[in-house]
Amino acid sequence: MTVAADRARGGTSRYPDTWRPLGMFGGPDRRLAFWVLVLAYVVWAVSDLDVDWARVGRGLPRALDMLARMMPPAVGDRWHLLVNGMLESMQMAIASSIAGMALAIPLGIAAASNLSPRPLYLAARGLIVVGRSFHEILIAIFFVKLFGFGAVAGLLTLAFSSAIFLAKMLAEDIENMKPGPVEAVRASGASFGQVVAFAVAPQVLVKTLGVFIYRLDANLRHSTVIGIVGAGGIGGSLSAAFSRYDYDFASAILLAIAAVVAVGEWFSDWSRRKLR
Amino acid sequence: MSATARPPEGGAPSLGYPDRWQRRSTREALVQWLWLAGCALAAAWSVSSLDIEWAFFQDAHEQAADLLERMWPPRWSYLPRILEPMLDTIHIATLGTMIAVTLSLPVAFLAARNTTANGFTWMIGRAILVGSRSINTVIWGLVFVAIFGPGAVAGVFAVAARSVGFVAKLVAEAIEEVDAGQIEAVRATGAGTLQTWWVAILPQVLPVLVGTTVYRWDINVRESSVLGFVGAGGIGLLLYASINSFAWDQVLVVLLAILAVVFASEAFSAWVRGRIS
Repeated sequence: MTVAADRARGGTSRYPDTWRPLGMFGGPDRRLAFWVLVLAYVVWAVSDLDVDWARVGRGLPRALDMLARMMPPAVGDRWHLLVNGMLESMQMAIASSIAGMALAIPLGIAAASNLSPRPLYLAARGLIVVGRSFHEILIAIFFVKLFGFGAVAGLLTLAFSSAIFLAKMLAEDIENMKPGPVEAVRASGASFGQVVAFAVAPQVLVKTLGVFIYRLDANLRHSTVIGIVGAGGIGGSLSAAFSRYDYDFASAILLAIAAVVAVGEWFSDWSRRKLR
Repeated sequence: MSATARPPEGGAPSLGYPDRWQRRSTREALVQWLWLAGCALAAAWSVSSLDIEWAFFQDAHEQAADLLERMWPPRWSYLPRILEPMLDTIHIATLGTMIAVTLSLPVAFLAARNTTANGFTWMIGRAILVGSRSINTVIWGLVFVAIFGPGAVAGVFAVAARSVGFVAKLVAEAIEEVDAGQIEAVRATGAGTLQTWWVAILPQVLPVLVGTTVYRWDINVRESSVLGFVGAGGIGLLLYASINSFAWDQVLVVLLAILAVVFASEAFSAWVRGRIS
């Protein structure tokens, strides 16, 4: 019996006349409550931010003006700035990834709960948790203070943050590996170094290489910004171009960064697919 | 871990096995050493052409000691002044993420092979993904400060501009992997394109969308802590001012505050993602 026929006979069907997709909130009341909360948050947050609306309103014409001045991108006689800056960023990325990997191996082993003693494990995990919380630019400030302006500070910043990142991934891989090979190698009387070389390394090598290539790509992205605080690379030239309203050069740098990063990402995806 | 294998007494003829166990053949070992040497060369080339002023290394430890001495003890009286900018930082991350999620849905449908209209629209979608993702949040900050002037609005848009590509890329990948049967079933009832997307595809990618959003929000809290360096609002502004005036005891207070907020946001993000999956 259809719902309509049931209704015609004066019955009350338990089924609704029209179908509605199931919501994700589990009921109209909860949905309403969710959107009211979101709206209330937006109103509160925007009013809290002290926005100068008149200045924002002038933004659109300014954006159009800026875009007009960005087109076409022009390098002029500053090719050496662009090429040297990009090259420096890439070199920082390569060197810091390799240095970071070298540092990450001991740190990662120390941070794996199944290989390292408890106090060392806690210390290594603590370093990783704190190091991960700070943005690269914040770390760069400290290295700039210690080593002066220039590529050294950038190199050390990226090496430090890559070591933290790679060590975290490595430690997780080591914790998830199969315990069998480790026991077998240990049972043959192997020393700790031999256990790492013959039981741990073969199990985590491929995945770690994948993470390393990912980090190389990530470092290339980061190396383009830390120049803003004086840590070398193309970021310094970009920041200077913006502050001099030199928009056509800025857009040339932006395009160069986007191109290099896109190629880097493509290479990283390609080689990680090959690894699998 | 080397054991010499002696042939049993009576001297069975040697089968040609080596006496010592080796994990790799000579050839494999050679290839491996070549890879390592290549890495070392790449690192050496990169470092040598960076024009490094090695003299700076000599007094680095003194500088570090000096820094620590000036940082300690933290100047806690500065804390009340940074609460408001800290809240602004969280607002910038949250509002930016909200805008990004709203914009990322259409972009994701454009950039997913099975929902895009044709090759041209797919290219547009992909171009938006690459453009948004390849420029760092801080650089987006530079761009939006030039447009909207210094302040939190530039920060919100910078966060949104970078996050659109991130969220849309992961959602587009999820859309490409949805169960085709549900799409067919909904289409068979006579649903239009938008109805199919809304009823058949969106519910399937919702867990990915929510998970990615919360994860990106957590990253954005970290990113918006430095947006102030280029004038895009938040706590970075005060941090930059403290660094420039060498008030390192204030810098420490700000860093500890950032650490606390980042921990809290990471815990929240992990909790939400744990509940979804």
